[in-house]
Amino acid sequence: MKPFTYERAASPAEAAAAVARTPGAKFIAGGTNLLDLMKLQIEAPTHLIDVNGLALDKIEPTAEGGLRIGALVRNTDLAADARVRRDYALLSRALLAGASGQLRNKATTAGNLLQRTRCPYFYDTNQPCNKRQPGSGCSAIGGFSRQLAVVGHSEACIATNPSDMAVAMRALDAVVETVKADGTTRAIPIAEFHRLPGDTPQIETALEPGELITAVVLPPPIGGTQIYRKVRDRASYAFALVSVAAVVQRDGRGRVALGGVAHKPWRVEAAEAELPRGARPAMAAILADARPTHENAFKVTLAERTLHAVLAEARG
Amino acid sequence: MSKISFSVNGEARVLELDTRTTLLDALREHLHLTGSKKGCDHGQCGACTVMVDGRRINSCLTLAVMHEGDEITTIEGLGSPENLHPMQAAFVRHDGYQCGYCTPGQICSSVAVLEEIKAGIPSHVTADLGAAPQVTADEIRERMSGNICRCGAYSNIVEAITEVAERQA
Repeated sequence: MKPFTYERAASPAEAAAAVARTPGAKFIAGGTNLLDLMKLQIEAPTHLIDVNGLALDKIEPTAEGGLRIGALVRNTDLAADARVRRDYALLSRALLAGASGQLRNKATTAGNLLQRTRCPYFYDTNQPCNKRQPGSGCSAIGGFSRQLAVVGHSEACIATNPSDMAVAMRALDAVVETVKADGTTRAIPIAEFHRLPGDTPQIETALEPGELITAVVLPPPIGGTQIYRKVRDRASYAFALVSVAAVVQRDGRGRVALGGVAHKPWRVEAAEAELPRGARPAMAAILADARPTHENAFKVTLAERTLHAVLAEARG
Repeated sequence: MSKISFSVNGEARVLELDTRTTLLDALREHLHLTGSKKGCDHGQCGACTVMVDGRRINSCLTLAVMHEGDEITTIEGLGSPENLHPMQAAFVRHDGYQCGYCTPGQICSSVAVLEEIKAGIPSHVTADLGAAPQVTADEIRERMSGNICRCGAYSNIVEAITEVAERQA
């Protein structure tokens, strides 16, 4: 790791201001992704602002009938919360499908939203990568791309977002609350939070420099049968090849978001009208713009079959 | 350098550390508690598993300076050669290891897994999110997936954990 200085944040607004005014500064919460990347010198912050002491670790009901999840709520605690298990089972299931028990005990809600891609070329510092070193090129295009994106990618980057939690939050229409360096706050719909790579794959979210996530708000429960189905190379502790987060209502209508296929959780609301007609027309619409590589065309078929299994399970 | 005070296995400790020092390196290199092992150093193998305030974590993926005031329990705090923790004794009885390198992490994780099930925390294989999870072989396998054993002692590890769970019940 490169040397860095360290301080504990006193308040969210002060933490945001401190990161904004200190070149090379970063927040640290759970640290499970950041420290991994720092050891590889993919991340090399010169100053760390530890936000763990901020009182952002509560899950509270909102006036609208939803839940406000503090940014520092650990993945284990969010998945185990009785209200989340009852009303947002999709979110519990997605969290429990990710990482290991040790990591979920540390990883936070905000940190999960901000985790970096697991593209092998992002991790291999001997290879060009536009996300790690803008302008250097993309080694994944034409390379080992089996795990990488099939839709929404660009000539600059075909990396995927690795989060399971974010896929469920996308299906649940969550909203990310933040505080900026000037102390103002804003609410960012999850659909607009993660970006597609375009020609700036190093910019992954809508956050401004220093902007700190304070909470994620879930709208009131929408009921339905909620299923998170993750397909991976081993039964536990692996990233998704494809995952399907679905909320299916009794009349067959519903919502679907996909993980493992794009630079962000992939949801096409207009395609959801096809859901009552079955997985094939629905997935054809959801992945209408898919452009898989020579190694990952199987993901398109796998996504359709996974949705088929999910819809069959929802019908009972 | 940064000063940090925490409790390790019930004993108050004060260290002056480079900010880059992970909790694992603080335990091994500065406090000479070499039971916790460095396998991958990237949170993938689980050999460094310790408990902080009763919860298991990968000590390689956290900075020591982030643990001011915390209570840390390592394998040395669970039992001693003369007075084994029940989980340590069960690992011996069921031959839950071969080379032994992953064993301290496996045992710390196992002890925490049984506490997590008792606390009602669900897992990926828990069928009903509305019911309390049970101690089954499937639950143990899923919950222990963050601890890798390259010798492949998994089936004996599951037996050891199952025996301790049955004795506690």
